[in-house]
Amino acid sequence: MSEIHELSTDQLIQGLQDKQFSSVDLTAHFLNRIDKLDGKINSFITLTGETALAKAKACDEMRAQGDRRALLGVPMAHKDIFCTQGVLTTCGSKMLYNFVSPYDATIVHRIDDAGMISLGKLNMDEFAMGSDNASSYFGAVHNPWNLDRVPGGSSGGSAAAVAAGLTPLATASDTGGSIRQPASFCGLTGIKPTYGSVSRFGMIAYASSLDQAGTIGKSAKDCAYLLQPMVGHDARDATSIKHDIPDYVQDMNDAEKTGGDKPLAHLKIGVAKEYFGEGLNSEVETAVKQALKTYEDLGATIVEVNITDPEITLATYYMLAPAEASSNLSRFDGVRFGYRCDDPKDLIDLYTRSRSEGFGAEVQRRILMGTYALSAGYFDAYYTKAQRIRRLIVEDFKTAFHHCDIIASPTVPMTAYKLSDNLDPATMYLGDVYTIGVNLAGLPALSHPVGLSNDGMPIGIQLIGQHWQESQLLSTAHLFQQSTDYHLQKSATAKETV
Amino acid sequence: MTKANFDPKLLVDGYEVVIGIEIHCQLNTDSKIFSSAPTAFGHEPNTQANIVDLGLPGVLPVLNHGVVERALKFGIGVNAELGLYNTFDRKNYFYPDLPKGYQITQMANPIVGRGYIDMMVNEGEKNEYPKRIGITRAHLEEDAGKSVHNAVDGMTGIDLNRAGTPLIEIVSEPDMRSVHEALAYIKAIHQLVTWLGISDAIMAEGSFRCDCNVSVRKPGAELGTRTELKNLNSFRFIERAINREIERQIDIIEDGGKVIQATRLYDPDKDETRSMRTKEEANDYRYFPDPDLLPVRIEQHTVDEILAAMPELPVARRSRFETELGLSEYDARILTGSRQLADYFEAVVAEAGATSTKIAANWVMGDLLGALNKDDKTIDASPISAAQLAKLLERINDNTLSGKLAKKVFSALYEGEGGDSADAADIIIKTQGLKQETDTGAIKAIVEDVIANNQAMVDEYRGGKQKAFNGLVGQVMKASRGSANPQQVNEILKSLLD
Repeated sequence: MSEIHELSTDQLIQGLQDKQFSSVDLTAHFLNRIDKLDGKINSFITLTGETALAKAKACDEMRAQGDRRALLGVPMAHKDIFCTQGVLTTCGSKMLYNFVSPYDATIVHRIDDAGMISLGKLNMDEFAMGSDNASSYFGAVHNPWNLDRVPGGSSGGSAAAVAAGLTPLATASDTGGSIRQPASFCGLTGIKPTYGSVSRFGMIAYASSLDQAGTIGKSAKDCAYLLQPMVGHDARDATSIKHDIPDYVQDMNDAEKTGGDKPLAHLKIGVAKEYFGEGLNSEVETAVKQALKTYEDLGATIVEVNITDPEITLATYYMLAPAEASSNLSRFDGVRFGYRCDDPKDLIDLYTRSRSEGFGAEVQRRILMGTYALSAGYFDAYYTKAQRIRRLIVEDFKTAFHHCDIIASPTVPMTAYKLSDNLDPATMYLGDVYTIGVNLAGLPALSHPVGLSNDGMPIGIQLIGQHWQESQLLSTAHLFQQSTDYHLQKSATAKETV
Repeated sequence: MTKANFDPKLLVDGYEVVIGIEIHCQLNTDSKIFSSAPTAFGHEPNTQANIVDLGLPGVLPVLNHGVVERALKFGIGVNAELGLYNTFDRKNYFYPDLPKGYQITQMANPIVGRGYIDMMVNEGEKNEYPKRIGITRAHLEEDAGKSVHNAVDGMTGIDLNRAGTPLIEIVSEPDMRSVHEALAYIKAIHQLVTWLGISDAIMAEGSFRCDCNVSVRKPGAELGTRTELKNLNSFRFIERAINREIERQIDIIEDGGKVIQATRLYDPDKDETRSMRTKEEANDYRYFPDPDLLPVRIEQHTVDEILAAMPELPVARRSRFETELGLSEYDARILTGSRQLADYFEAVVAEAGATSTKIAANWVMGDLLGALNKDDKTIDASPISAAQLAKLLERINDNTLSGKLAKKVFSALYEGEGGDSADAADIIIKTQGLKQETDTGAIKAIVEDVIANNQAMVDEYRGGKQKAFNGLVGQVMKASRGSANPQQVNEILKSLLD
């Protein structure tokens, strides 16, 4: 049998049911790996080993008493953007270095109710702003495939921890690609569901109209398992939408059973030339095109579609997201919680120094950009115009979906770069070029692995669905993964035993 | 309004005064506008604020629909266009009592659009005139907390109990031309919001706050530069602050200076206004749509339901009291001073019958309001119910009580004698023997007795001294312990003496 950390969620559930191992065994195994291996990955900011083991013990007892919840006793870990009651919640920032949340985010509470065990809180770019996880106050995260490389961001800790076999599953959040990009860089599957499908209550806001929680796992099915308890209406989030939620895993199993050898025969996959333009790494292009061939082999039809020029989309995003962020981050003022500067002279000094000392460079950069975009005299030229373009982007996607069911693209134009590359902000922003349109339109999208580059770094493909079609995306990726083994390849750290 | 359309009688030292008013009125929902915390006034600091009011990381606002209904009632009450599509914006600024670093308000699409209110201006006893004041808009917003100085040694404390209390901000057109018009407008709005039952509107508790924009100009000239007066928490302060500001502005202009646009605070101790901040120092609030809240779309059937449940408004009721009940304009106005008073009065008339309208008006406005005013009580706290007062009026009409006896019964009723029953007046009459004596035989016997025992007075009367007659009447009344019908006493005495 494989090492526990190599098992799929299906296998973990089966093993627990068959008493091959207990929840305490699982939890102890992952805690031990974290203890031995996370020193070089730095994926966890906070570990909650004691409470995890205590809950695991309780889960084993509940199982013995007949508790049949599918996810009972399965370990996972939360991105540190989600508030966890009684546990340090930092959002990767010095600003919240001491913030112990007095409440649980809705998804934290729901995952807890599903019987899952949280191992701890995962590293991330500060306030989810970044694409390389280098902006965390708690240090950079290293890519388990190659420790010199970045894991992607902002959910870099989530991706690195799963890829290193430190947790089977992780929550994550995605404002412009922060789930899909690190999933791609770390050879994992990650899904950002439809805006409004997962409650944002208790997820520390970056750009409220774009932020959406999702999951990262080793396969589409793993992602589906963790996503299931997270989705659903929440009265505490006014942007949460009431909608029927299918059973993702059931849908996948059904698709697998009924599909035959051309299981995707009715699927039209749209490919837009705008997603294969200048700046796309040729190895990435080759791998993605190869994956599209595989999809054709599975019965899918490839059609050409048009979408908004990604550069315009990128500009729109970097106008709107910082604008919302500049306001969302105003509450971090040193008055009620979090970091406060020493010996403030007066109120202005308290504000200025607490914020200058508490926020890192990238956060300050985006607050300044956003403040500028909202300022009197500039508002119409920047913010209002960007909102108009956003509506056009939504329309362009709608039009494209008249011709196809799913749109496919590379997830990121490149593979994980070196931490020492120290990309300038504008170059780093270009890495988001294929992922941000999805957030502006509120669409669901996932990334799954489609091979490795010559230097052994993972490459991902992005599948974009129509609103509320996460189940279709997950099943599609699942069928791909049933006939390929890209998702089974292991990072260097995952191969290590302890 | 045409420039030449000014009233020479209202000029102050040859200047026309122009006033526009913003009223912040707390809506009386049990919980806050965006959280479930209670809105009760006067509790220990920070006991009425939950995680949403504290602006903790990750929390989200959810609209309390009670405020929407109340605002719509107000809109209908001021004959306004309703904002059937209204949206929330963020007003960004830093202040310690503003937990999120922004206030949620309605800038672009308010819930109440253009409307007006009709009022009666009182320039003193004999100088009253009606006037219509334009309402520019009214919008929903959240209140801020309070800074508490001197509560903590050497520091400023923050009390967030008030943070998130729902407000409707009512903005008038600059239609008022004197301090009396300003006061009449504020009173009319105050009467309306309490009449509609949407606000407690207690100035001293800050649940009804007025900011007055004041400017002066030579008749026919363009609008002068205005200043905004704040911190006006009583009608007396409003009157004094506006008068001081008018004098100050005229002095500046007369001395060849220019009024500077500024926000000014009224200092009641020094009876003067002083500058708080000038226009140049004003914040750039960087308003933008709040992405956490969806637009509010109000269906016509919701409006229809509210319309159907609207009480008769003060102006309509006043005019009905005049036309249907035959009251004078003055009586009608006093009796519609509050909805509770008007309800009370109509209940009395309904019980006592339409023929008692005038006498009911006199008793309610005279004895009852007099007694209540003396005790600093409103009609809600009247110890005499409408049914009890109606019964008293009945006993006056059927001659059971003389005017004098009626006042005695009234006092007894007011003291609670006679209990809660509607027949309390009858109980008092019976137990205290206050029934008027109307039996001619019985009165005649007393009169004969008095004549026999007061020969000297009888002689004086017959000698031509009219005064002696009154003395004899007094003796009869005394002998009957006040119960004899005075008219009958007069007649019988005359017939026996003449």
